[in-house]
Amino acid sequence: MPKVKIKRKSTVTDMTAMCDVAFLLLTFFILTATARQPEALAVDTPSSTVTFKLPDTDISTLTVGQGKVFFGVVGQDIRINTLERMGEQYNLTFTDEEKKRFSVIDNFGVPMASLKQFIAMDNADRMKLVQPGIPADSGANNQLKQWILQSRYATKEMHNVDLRFSIKGDSKEEYPTIRRVIDVLQDQKINKFSLITSLEAAD
Amino acid sequence: MAELDTSGGGNKKGKKVRSKKQSTRVDLTAMVDLAFLLITFFMLTTTLAKPQAMDMFMPDKDDKNPDEVLDVKASRTMTVLLGEDNKIVWYMGVIGDNAPTVDNFGKKGIRESLVQNNKNVVATTGNPEKGLMVIIKPTDQSNYKNFVDILDEIKIAGVPSYGINNKVENAEIGLMKAQGAYK
Repeated sequence: MPKVKIKRKSTVTDMTAMCDVAFLLLTFFILTATARQPEALAVDTPSSTVTFKLPDTDISTLTVGQGKVFFGVVGQDIRINTLERMGEQYNLTFTDEEKKRFSVIDNFGVPMASLKQFIAMDNADRMKLVQPGIPADSGANNQLKQWILQSRYATKEMHNVDLRFSIKGDSKEEYPTIRRVIDVLQDQKINKFSLITSLEAAD
Repeated sequence: MAELDTSGGGNKKGKKVRSKKQSTRVDLTAMVDLAFLLITFFMLTTTLAKPQAMDMFMPDKDDKNPDEVLDVKASRTMTVLLGEDNKIVWYMGVIGDNAPTVDNFGKKGIRESLVQNNKNVVATTGNPEKGLMVIIKPTDQSNYKNFVDILDEIKIAGVPSYGINNKVENAEIGLMKAQGAYK
Protein backbone atom coordinates (compact mmCIF):
# COMPACT_ATOMS: atom_id res chain seq x y z
CA MET A 1 0.00 0.00 0.00
CA PRO A 2 1.56 3.23 -1.00
CA LYS A 3 1.89 5.86 1.64
CA VAL A 4 -0.26 8.91 1.21
CA LYS A 5 2.09 11.79 1.08
CA ILE A 6 0.88 15.13 2.27
CA LYS A 7 2.08 17.75 -0.01
CA ARG A 8 4.13 20.30 1.85
CA LYS A 9 3.12 23.86 1.35
CA SER A 10 5.71 26.50 0.81
CA THR A 11 6.51 28.61 3.85
CA VAL A 12 7.29 31.66 1.78
CA THR A 13 4.54 34.20 2.03
CA ASP A 14 4.00 37.31 0.04
CA MET A 15 4.96 40.17 2.29
CA THR A 16 4.26 42.98 -0.10
CA ALA A 17 0.92 43.92 1.43
CA MET A 18 2.26 43.66 4.96
CA CYS A 19 5.18 45.84 4.06
CA ASP A 20 2.86 48.42 2.53
CA VAL A 21 0.72 48.60 5.66
CA ALA A 22 3.73 48.77 7.93
CA PHE A 23 5.24 51.68 6.09
CA LEU A 24 1.92 53.47 5.87
CA LEU A 25 1.59 53.28 9.65
CA LEU A 26 5.20 54.27 10.09
CA THR A 27 4.72 57.36 7.97
CA PHE A 28 1.62 58.25 9.96
CA PHE A 29 3.36 57.98 13.31
CA ILE A 30 6.42 59.89 12.18
CA LEU A 31 4.29 62.72 10.90
CA THR A 32 2.05 62.92 13.95
CA ALA A 33 4.92 62.69 16.42
CA THR A 34 5.83 66.13 17.66
CA ALA A 35 9.50 66.74 18.00
CA ARG A 36 10.37 67.42 21.58
CA GLN A 37 11.40 70.99 22.14
CA PRO A 38 14.40 71.58 24.31
CA GLU A 39 13.31 73.09 27.58
CA ALA A 40 14.53 76.44 28.72
CA LEU A 41 14.66 75.25 32.30
CA ALA A 42 15.28 71.57 32.82
CA VAL A 43 13.30 70.20 35.73
CA ASP A 44 13.05 66.76 37.22
CA THR A 45 9.37 66.28 38.02
CA PRO A 46 8.39 64.16 41.00
CA SER A 47 6.56 60.93 40.32
CA SER A 48 3.04 60.01 41.29
CA THR A 49 0.50 57.30 40.58
CA VAL A 50 -2.03 59.46 38.77
CA THR A 51 -2.57 58.60 35.14
CA PHE A 52 -4.51 61.62 33.99
CA LYS A 53 -3.04 63.14 30.85
CA LEU A 54 -2.76 66.83 30.29
CA PRO A 55 -4.90 68.36 27.54
CA ASP A 56 -3.10 69.60 24.43
CA THR A 57 -4.77 72.95 24.03
CA ASP A 58 -5.60 75.96 26.14
CA ILE A 59 -3.09 75.17 28.79
CA SER A 60 -0.36 77.19 30.36
CA THR A 61 2.64 75.70 32.08
CA LEU A 62 4.50 77.39 34.89
CA THR A 63 7.89 75.80 35.24
CA VAL A 64 9.44 76.20 38.66
CA GLY A 65 13.01 75.32 39.45
CA GLN A 66 16.13 76.81 41.03
CA GLY A 67 13.99 79.49 42.58
CA LYS A 68 12.94 80.77 39.14
CA VAL A 69 9.61 80.75 37.41
CA PHE A 70 9.19 80.29 33.67
CA PHE A 71 6.00 80.91 31.77
CA GLY A 72 4.65 79.15 28.73
CA VAL A 73 1.30 78.91 27.00
CA VAL A 74 0.17 76.61 24.19
CA GLY A 75 -1.04 78.00 20.88
CA GLN A 76 0.57 80.54 18.58
CA ASP A 77 -2.51 82.75 18.31
CA ILE A 78 -2.78 82.95 22.08
CA ARG A 79 0.91 83.75 22.43
CA ILE A 80 0.62 86.63 20.00
CA ASN A 81 -2.49 87.98 21.66
CA THR A 82 -0.89 87.69 25.09
CA LEU A 83 2.21 89.52 23.90
CA GLU A 84 0.09 92.36 22.50
CA ARG A 85 -1.74 92.67 25.79
CA MET A 86 1.50 92.61 27.76
CA GLY A 87 2.84 95.31 25.47
CA GLU A 88 -0.12 97.52 26.36
CA GLN A 89 0.50 96.96 30.06
CA TYR A 90 4.17 97.84 29.93
CA ASN A 91 4.03 100.46 27.15
CA LEU A 92 5.96 98.42 24.65
CA THR A 93 5.08 97.93 21.01
CA PHE A 94 6.07 94.80 19.17
CA THR A 95 6.47 94.56 15.43
CA ASP A 96 4.80 91.79 13.43
CA GLU A 97 8.18 90.16 13.03
CA GLU A 98 8.73 90.12 16.77
CA LYS A 99 5.26 88.71 17.37
CA LYS A 100 5.92 85.96 14.88
CA ARG A 101 9.20 85.08 16.52
CA PHE A 102 7.62 85.13 19.95
CA SER A 103 4.82 82.79 18.87
CA VAL A 104 7.24 79.89 18.47
CA ILE A 105 8.86 80.24 21.88
CA ASP A 106 7.51 77.48 24.10
CA ASN A 107 8.45 78.90 27.43
CA PHE A 108 10.70 81.63 28.67
CA GLY A 109 11.86 83.28 31.82
CA VAL A 110 12.95 86.84 31.15
CA PRO A 111 11.60 90.07 32.61
CA MET A 112 9.71 92.46 30.34
CA ALA A 113 12.67 94.83 30.16
CA SER A 114 14.81 92.33 28.28
CA LEU A 115 12.01 90.59 26.40
CA LYS A 116 12.64 92.44 23.12
CA GLN A 117 16.28 91.51 23.19
CA PHE A 118 15.35 87.92 23.99
CA ILE A 119 12.96 87.73 21.04
CA ALA A 120 15.65 89.05 18.70
CA MET A 121 18.07 86.26 19.59
CA ASP A 122 18.32 83.19 17.43
CA ASN A 123 17.57 79.77 18.81
CA ALA A 124 21.11 78.70 19.56
CA ASP A 125 21.87 81.86 21.54
CA ARG A 126 18.62 81.52 23.40
CA MET A 127 19.54 78.05 24.57
CA LYS A 128 22.90 79.26 25.84
CA LEU A 129 21.41 82.17 27.74
CA VAL A 130 20.78 81.56 31.41
CA GLN A 131 17.37 83.12 31.84
CA PRO A 132 16.75 84.84 35.16
CA GLY A 133 13.08 83.85 35.47
CA ILE A 134 10.01 86.03 35.50
CA PRO A 135 9.80 88.38 38.47
CA ALA A 136 7.10 87.05 40.76
CA ASP A 137 7.62 89.04 43.94
CA SER A 138 4.60 90.46 45.59
CA GLY A 139 4.24 94.13 44.90
CA ALA A 140 4.03 96.31 41.84
CA ASN A 141 6.55 94.44 39.73
CA ASN A 142 4.75 91.11 39.74
CA GLN A 143 5.12 90.33 36.05
CA LEU A 144 4.13 86.71 36.47
CA LYS A 145 0.73 87.87 37.66
CA GLN A 146 0.37 90.01 34.54
CA TRP A 147 1.42 87.20 32.22
CA ILE A 148 -1.11 84.88 33.82
CA LEU A 149 -3.86 87.47 33.74
CA GLN A 150 -3.23 88.56 30.13
CA SER A 151 -2.98 85.00 28.84
CA ARG A 152 -6.30 84.23 30.47
CA TYR A 153 -7.88 87.23 28.74
CA ALA A 154 -6.28 86.17 25.47
CA THR A 155 -7.58 82.61 25.68
CA LYS A 156 -11.05 83.80 26.56
CA GLU A 157 -11.03 86.19 23.61
CA MET A 158 -9.56 83.84 21.03
CA HIS A 159 -11.08 80.48 21.99
CA ASN A 160 -13.81 81.43 24.47
CA VAL A 161 -12.65 78.86 27.01
CA ASP A 162 -10.95 79.17 30.36
CA LEU A 163 -7.22 78.69 30.36
CA ARG A 164 -5.99 75.86 32.54
CA PHE A 165 -2.82 76.16 34.53
CA SER A 166 -0.32 73.51 35.35
CA ILE A 167 2.71 73.72 37.57
CA LYS A 168 5.80 71.83 36.59
CA GLY A 169 8.08 71.89 39.56
CA ASP A 170 11.43 70.39 40.27
CA SER A 171 11.50 67.66 42.93
CA LYS A 172 14.18 69.45 44.91
CA GLU A 173 12.50 72.82 44.76
CA GLU A 174 11.95 74.41 48.15
CA TYR A 175 8.32 74.76 49.04
CA PRO A 176 8.28 78.57 49.49
CA THR A 177 8.87 79.09 45.75
CA ILE A 178 5.95 76.83 44.92
CA ARG A 179 3.84 78.61 47.49
CA ARG A 180 4.58 81.95 45.85
CA VAL A 181 3.37 80.63 42.49
CA ILE A 182 0.26 79.11 44.05
CA ASP A 183 -0.41 82.41 45.80
CA VAL A 184 -0.20 84.31 42.52
CA LEU A 185 -2.74 81.93 41.00
CA GLN A 186 -4.99 82.09 44.04
CA ASP A 187 -4.96 85.87 44.05
CA GLN A 188 -6.75 85.63 40.71
CA LYS A 189 -9.20 83.11 42.10
CA ILE A 190 -7.67 80.21 40.24
CA ASN A 191 -8.16 77.45 42.75
CA LYS A 192 -7.96 74.51 40.43
CA PHE A 193 -4.75 73.64 38.68
CA SER A 194 -2.67 70.64 37.81
CA LEU A 195 0.69 69.48 39.00
CA ILE A 196 2.74 67.81 36.33
CA THR A 197 4.27 64.56 37.49
CA SER A 198 5.96 61.62 35.90
CA LEU A 199 4.46 58.17 36.13
CA GLU A 200 5.24 55.80 38.96
CA ALA A 201 3.86 52.32 39.49
CA ALA A 202 1.66 52.01 42.56
CA ASP A 203 3.40 49.71 44.99
CA MET B 1 -0.11 39.28 -13.94
CA ALA B 2 2.53 41.06 -12.03
CA GLU B 3 4.88 38.19 -12.25
CA LEU B 4 7.23 37.91 -15.12
CA ASP B 5 7.86 34.77 -16.98
CA THR B 6 11.05 33.55 -15.49
CA SER B 7 11.10 30.11 -17.02
CA GLY B 8 13.87 31.20 -19.29
CA GLY B 9 14.47 28.11 -21.35
CA GLY B 10 11.96 26.32 -23.50
CA ASN B 11 12.31 28.52 -26.46
CA LYS B 12 14.86 26.79 -28.53
CA LYS B 13 13.95 28.21 -31.84
CA GLY B 14 15.85 31.45 -31.40
CA LYS B 15 19.55 31.37 -31.75
CA LYS B 16 20.17 34.41 -29.63
CA VAL B 17 21.93 33.84 -26.36
CA ARG B 18 19.65 35.11 -23.70
CA SER B 19 20.86 36.01 -20.30
CA LYS B 20 18.89 34.20 -17.69
CA LYS B 21 16.27 36.45 -16.19
CA GLN B 22 16.53 36.96 -12.47
CA SER B 23 13.47 36.57 -10.32
CA THR B 24 11.88 39.88 -9.37
CA ARG B 25 10.80 38.60 -5.98
CA VAL B 26 12.64 40.16 -3.12
CA ASP B 27 12.66 38.83 0.38
CA LEU B 28 10.80 41.48 2.35
CA THR B 29 11.14 39.90 5.79
CA ALA B 30 13.94 42.11 7.00
CA MET B 31 12.26 45.23 5.68
CA VAL B 32 8.99 44.40 7.42
CA ASP B 33 10.85 43.68 10.64
CA LEU B 34 12.50 47.04 10.54
CA ALA B 35 9.28 48.83 9.70
CA PHE B 36 7.43 47.29 12.63
CA LEU B 37 10.28 48.06 14.97
CA LEU B 38 10.10 51.72 14.00
CA ILE B 39 6.31 51.72 14.28
CA THR B 40 6.54 50.37 17.81
CA PHE B 41 9.11 52.99 18.70
CA PHE B 42 7.08 55.90 17.39
CA MET B 43 3.85 54.63 18.90
CA LEU B 44 5.34 54.30 22.35
CA THR B 45 7.20 57.58 22.33
CA THR B 46 4.21 59.62 21.18
CA THR B 47 1.93 58.33 23.93
CA LEU B 48 4.52 58.28 26.68
CA ALA B 49 5.77 61.77 26.02
CA LYS B 50 2.55 63.27 27.31
CA PRO B 51 3.04 64.33 30.90
CA GLN B 52 0.80 63.15 33.69
CA ALA B 53 -1.09 65.73 35.62
CA MET B 54 -2.38 65.69 39.13
CA ASP B 55 -5.38 67.92 39.68
CA MET B 56 -5.25 70.02 42.77
CA PHE B 57 -7.86 72.17 44.42
CA MET B 58 -7.09 74.95 46.82
CA PRO B 59 -9.67 76.45 49.14
CA ASP B 60 -11.07 79.82 48.17
CA LYS B 61 -9.05 82.69 49.49
CA ASP B 62 -11.57 84.64 51.45
CA ASP B 63 -10.56 88.04 52.76
CA LYS B 64 -13.46 88.04 55.21
CA ASN B 65 -12.33 84.80 56.77
CA PRO B 66 -8.55 85.09 56.93
CA ASP B 67 -8.12 82.38 59.52
CA GLU B 68 -9.75 79.81 57.25
CA VAL B 69 -11.84 78.32 60.00
CA LEU B 70 -12.94 74.85 59.09
CA ASP B 71 -16.38 73.61 59.85
CA VAL B 72 -15.16 70.15 60.74
CA LYS B 73 -15.04 68.43 64.10
CA ALA B 74 -11.52 68.50 65.50
CA SER B 75 -11.63 64.77 66.17
CA ARG B 76 -11.88 64.11 62.46
CA THR B 77 -8.88 66.16 61.46
CA MET B 78 -5.36 64.99 61.06
CA THR B 79 -2.71 67.66 60.64
CA VAL B 80 0.28 66.62 58.59
CA LEU B 81 3.40 68.77 58.86
CA LEU B 82 6.05 68.33 56.21
CA GLY B 83 9.48 68.91 57.64
CA GLU B 84 13.06 68.84 56.47
CA ASP B 85 14.81 65.76 55.13
CA ASN B 86 11.56 64.08 53.99
CA LYS B 87 10.24 63.80 57.53
CA ILE B 88 6.58 64.02 58.41
CA VAL B 89 5.08 64.87 61.77
CA TRP B 90 1.37 64.38 62.24
CA TYR B 91 -1.14 64.67 65.02
CA MET B 92 -4.86 64.12 65.38
CA GLY B 93 -7.28 66.86 66.40
CA VAL B 94 -6.11 70.03 68.11
CA ILE B 95 -2.44 70.53 68.79
CA GLY B 96 -1.46 69.22 72.21
CA ASP B 97 -4.43 66.87 72.50
CA ASN B 98 -2.68 63.89 71.03
CA ALA B 99 0.97 63.03 70.94
CA PRO B 100 2.59 63.73 67.58
CA THR B 101 3.98 60.91 65.49
CA VAL B 102 6.98 61.03 63.17
CA ASP B 103 6.62 59.18 59.90
CA ASN B 104 8.41 58.85 56.64
CA PHE B 105 7.15 58.62 53.09
CA GLY B 106 6.50 55.16 51.83
CA LYS B 107 4.35 52.14 52.06
CA LYS B 108 4.98 51.39 55.73
CA GLY B 109 5.09 54.99 56.83
CA ILE B 110 2.49 57.65 56.28
CA ARG B 111 0.27 55.48 54.10
CA GLU B 112 -0.47 53.03 56.91
CA SER B 113 -1.11 55.88 59.30
CA LEU B 114 -3.54 57.51 56.87
CA VAL B 115 -5.44 54.28 56.26
CA GLN B 116 -5.57 53.47 59.98
CA ASN B 117 -6.72 56.94 61.02
CA ASN B 118 -9.35 56.97 58.32
CA LYS B 119 -10.70 53.64 59.58
CA ASN B 120 -10.79 54.91 63.16
CA VAL B 121 -12.66 58.07 62.18
CA VAL B 122 -15.18 56.20 60.06
CA ALA B 123 -15.75 53.78 62.96
CA THR B 124 -16.43 56.72 65.29
CA THR B 125 -18.74 58.67 62.99
CA GLY B 126 -20.39 55.58 61.56
CA ASN B 127 -20.66 57.27 58.19
CA PRO B 128 -18.16 56.36 55.46
CA GLU B 129 -18.61 59.76 53.87
CA LYS B 130 -17.55 61.48 57.07
CA GLY B 131 -14.04 60.14 57.03
CA LEU B 132 -10.72 61.67 57.85
CA MET B 133 -9.98 65.29 57.00
CA VAL B 134 -6.28 65.76 56.39
CA ILE B 135 -4.76 69.21 56.72
CA ILE B 136 -1.45 69.46 54.94
CA LYS B 137 0.96 72.07 56.21
CA PRO B 138 4.17 72.20 54.21
CA THR B 139 6.87 74.12 56.04
CA ASP B 140 9.58 76.20 54.42
CA GLN B 141 12.03 73.35 54.76
CA SER B 142 10.00 70.83 52.83
CA ASN B 143 10.41 70.49 49.10
CA TYR B 144 8.03 70.12 46.20
CA LYS B 145 8.49 66.38 45.98
CA ASN B 146 7.22 65.97 49.56
CA PHE B 147 4.16 67.97 48.66
CA VAL B 148 3.34 65.87 45.59
CA ASP B 149 4.08 62.67 47.51
CA ILE B 150 1.69 63.47 50.33
CA LEU B 151 -1.10 64.31 47.87
CA ASP B 152 -0.41 61.04 46.14
CA GLU B 153 -0.45 59.08 49.40
CA ILE B 154 -3.77 60.65 50.33
CA LYS B 155 -5.20 59.54 47.02
CA ILE B 156 -3.83 56.02 47.44
CA ALA B 157 -5.09 55.73 51.01
CA GLY B 158 -8.57 56.78 49.89
CA VAL B 159 -8.95 59.64 52.34
CA PRO B 160 -12.13 61.50 51.35
CA SER B 161 -11.07 65.08 52.01
CA TYR B 162 -7.95 67.12 52.43
CA GLY B 163 -6.93 70.73 52.62
CA ILE B 164 -3.74 72.66 52.20
CA ASN B 165 -2.84 75.26 54.76
CA ASN B 166 0.22 77.40 54.34
CA LYS B 167 0.10 78.93 57.80
CA VAL B 168 2.35 76.90 60.05
CA GLU B 169 1.99 78.05 63.63
CA ASN B 170 4.86 78.55 66.03
CA ALA B 171 3.59 75.81 68.32
CA GLU B 172 3.77 73.41 65.40
CA ILE B 173 7.30 74.47 64.56
CA GLY B 174 8.22 73.79 68.18
CA LEU B 175 6.59 70.40 67.94
CA MET B 176 8.61 69.56 64.87
CA LYS B 177 11.85 70.81 66.39
CA ALA B 178 11.28 68.52 69.35
CA GLN B 179 10.93 65.61 66.95
CA GLY B 180 14.00 66.58 64.96
CA ALA B 181 12.08 67.32 61.80
CA TYR B 182 12.83 71.05 61.60
CA LYS B 183 16.02 72.99 61.90
